Amino acid sequence: MSDVILRLDGISKSFDGKQVINRLDLEIKKNEFVTLLGPSGCGKSTTLRIIGGFEKPDEGCVIFEGKDITALPPDKRHINTVFQKYSLFPHMNVEDNIAFGLKLKKKSRSYIKDKIEYALGLVNMDGYGKRMPMSLSGGQQQRVAIARAIVNEPQILLLDEPLGALDLKLRQKMQLELIKIKKEVGITFVYVTHDQEEALTMSDRIIVMNKGIIQQMGSSKSIYDEPQNAFVADFIGESNIIDGIMKRDCLVNIQGVDFECVDVGFGKLEPVDVVIRPEDLTIVKRGEGYLDGTVISEVFKGAFYEIVVKVSDYEWLIQSVNPAAVGSIVGLTIIPDNIQIMHKPISEDAEVIKDE
Amino acid sequence: MNKRSLWSGPYILWMIGFTVIPFCMILHYALTDRDGAFTFRNLLAMFEPVHLKAMTVSVEVAFFCTVICILLAYPLVIAMKRLGLFGKSYTILVLILPMWINFILRLLALQMILSNNGVLNHIFSILGLPPHELANTRTAMMIGIVYDYLPYMIVSIYNSVADIDDDIIEAARDLGAGSLTVFFRIILPLSVPGLLSGIVMVFVPSMTSFVTANIMAGGKIQLIGNIIEQEFITTMDWHLGSGLSVILMIFVLLSMAFTSRNDPDYGMSKIW
Repeated sequence: MSDVILRLDGISKSFDGKQVINRLDLEIKKNEFVTLLGPSGCGKSTTLRIIGGFEKPDEGCVIFEGKDITALPPDKRHINTVFQKYSLFPHMNVEDNIAFGLKLKKKSRSYIKDKIEYALGLVNMDGYGKRMPMSLSGGQQQRVAIARAIVNEPQILLLDEPLGALDLKLRQKMQLELIKIKKEVGITFVYVTHDQEEALTMSDRIIVMNKGIIQQMGSSKSIYDEPQNAFVADFIGESNIIDGIMKRDCLVNIQGVDFECVDVGFGKLEPVDVVIRPEDLTIVKRGEGYLDGTVISEVFKGAFYEIVVKVSDYEWLIQSVNPAAVGSIVGLTIIPDNIQIMHKPISEDAEVIKDE
Repeated sequence: MNKRSLWSGPYILWMIGFTVIPFCMILHYALTDRDGAFTFRNLLAMFEPVHLKAMTVSVEVAFFCTVICILLAYPLVIAMKRLGLFGKSYTILVLILPMWINFILRLLALQMILSNNGVLNHIFSILGLPPHELANTRTAMMIGIVYDYLPYMIVSIYNSVADIDDDIIEAARDLGAGSLTVFFRIILPLSVPGLLSGIVMVFVPSMTSFVTANIMAGGKIQLIGNIIEQEFITTMDWHLGSGLSVILMIFVLLSMAFTSRNDPDYGMSKIW
């Protein structure tokens, strides 16, 4: 058998006539850390709930280890979920919460005791067994929720924005801990988030979704470096997205200036979207770059300056380690490798979410 | 007395006039005989066979009515939890609609339905079933009591169950719990405060009811409330009536104390 553990086959789902997922196909491999990434309402949580069995798809099927489990209720699936709101049982202490699934499976008392100890250690919560959930902080509750899911040794662990309610510092710490836990228990993680940094940090593979459609799948690096459309480029990190016209292979015209690039296979004079990351643009002296423009703002961000340069009617966003005086006229240059050319979206489904 | 507590003045006056003074009078009557001499006889009268029997019947009736209300309320409440906002409001409206009608009128209507030539037996005869002589039986009386107090049980339990996060129920299902396990391990323990206040709101008035027995059982069943009523109105022995009332009150207070001690949130104190 192949190492595919879960397959979604043509899944569609709508709520009150509104299409949330549109003919979604997806394969998840054993032991993978897959992240579904997208803005709220893109269908990522619904996809997760369909895998978990909390929603039935209108069309399509869920294949788990070669068997169709579409009609199987959540309690019959070898899949466990960590919910966004922790969802610990408030009337049980930490130990009883963790033991809940094991008791239902009629495991022996000593087995359960060992498992609780192991799981509490895994999530760094030794000694908290007798505490009630209400007396724990958000981060601690989420650790217990992870422990409660993991002791059941699921084939797949689903995580629905589990760090969403935590503050930034704690979130970053928990991200690293999740990677560690994942390595130690060796189970497949399917993770849902709208936080692109979280996705880039943890995932083996990212699936970017918008409007119920997969926009792009790939490793963190490929998603960041080679976004396939303007939506992905805009959603993953900050980008300059500007109209261009492909003159010929490896030559694109932006704002009336020809730029050398490395992209081939576009039609002659095809209108395209051009994506340039702010950190890839370099500020040079006036006349020494491709474009000249006026610096209209400069903000110190700690590791870099965020500079906006206006060239005719487009405002370029640049991240630079060197400051630039507001009002001065500067040149902009870029190496061909860092220009990303994309076809214009055919349907509105792949449209860029414009910043309001 | 500070300014804010002055606002409770009218209510306090009302309470003194219609609760505190009558209560003191009852205590006085209960502890004296016709000549005004101090005695425990009126209190100890509860242990006479007639009175003991009425008390036992009252406890039995109240107990079974409470159990029936619980058994009717939980499935409805769980079904209500799954309804949308419109469905919930509509169901609650249907539930409390009968409470806008005076309960004696409601009982008279029920009496008509259950009477030997009533609507129910008419339906039975159409279906080819033998007639049921429900009128003036304990069953009819219990139907009346359950009918009267069921909404209180439903609303109390509903308030607790509605507070349970859907995520918690989904988490239990996710960990392998079927519907029954979800009910007994999650919904029931988390709705104990509502259940207890529902029990008190059904058990106490059922214990002390006498009008329902008069109308639905046609005076054929003597609850302790009926005996007390007769002592005051027919026999005119206010001393004995007061003595029995005090004992009944002590019994009710004890059962309430027992329930509130088992209430993790002391939720009942919010209502009483």
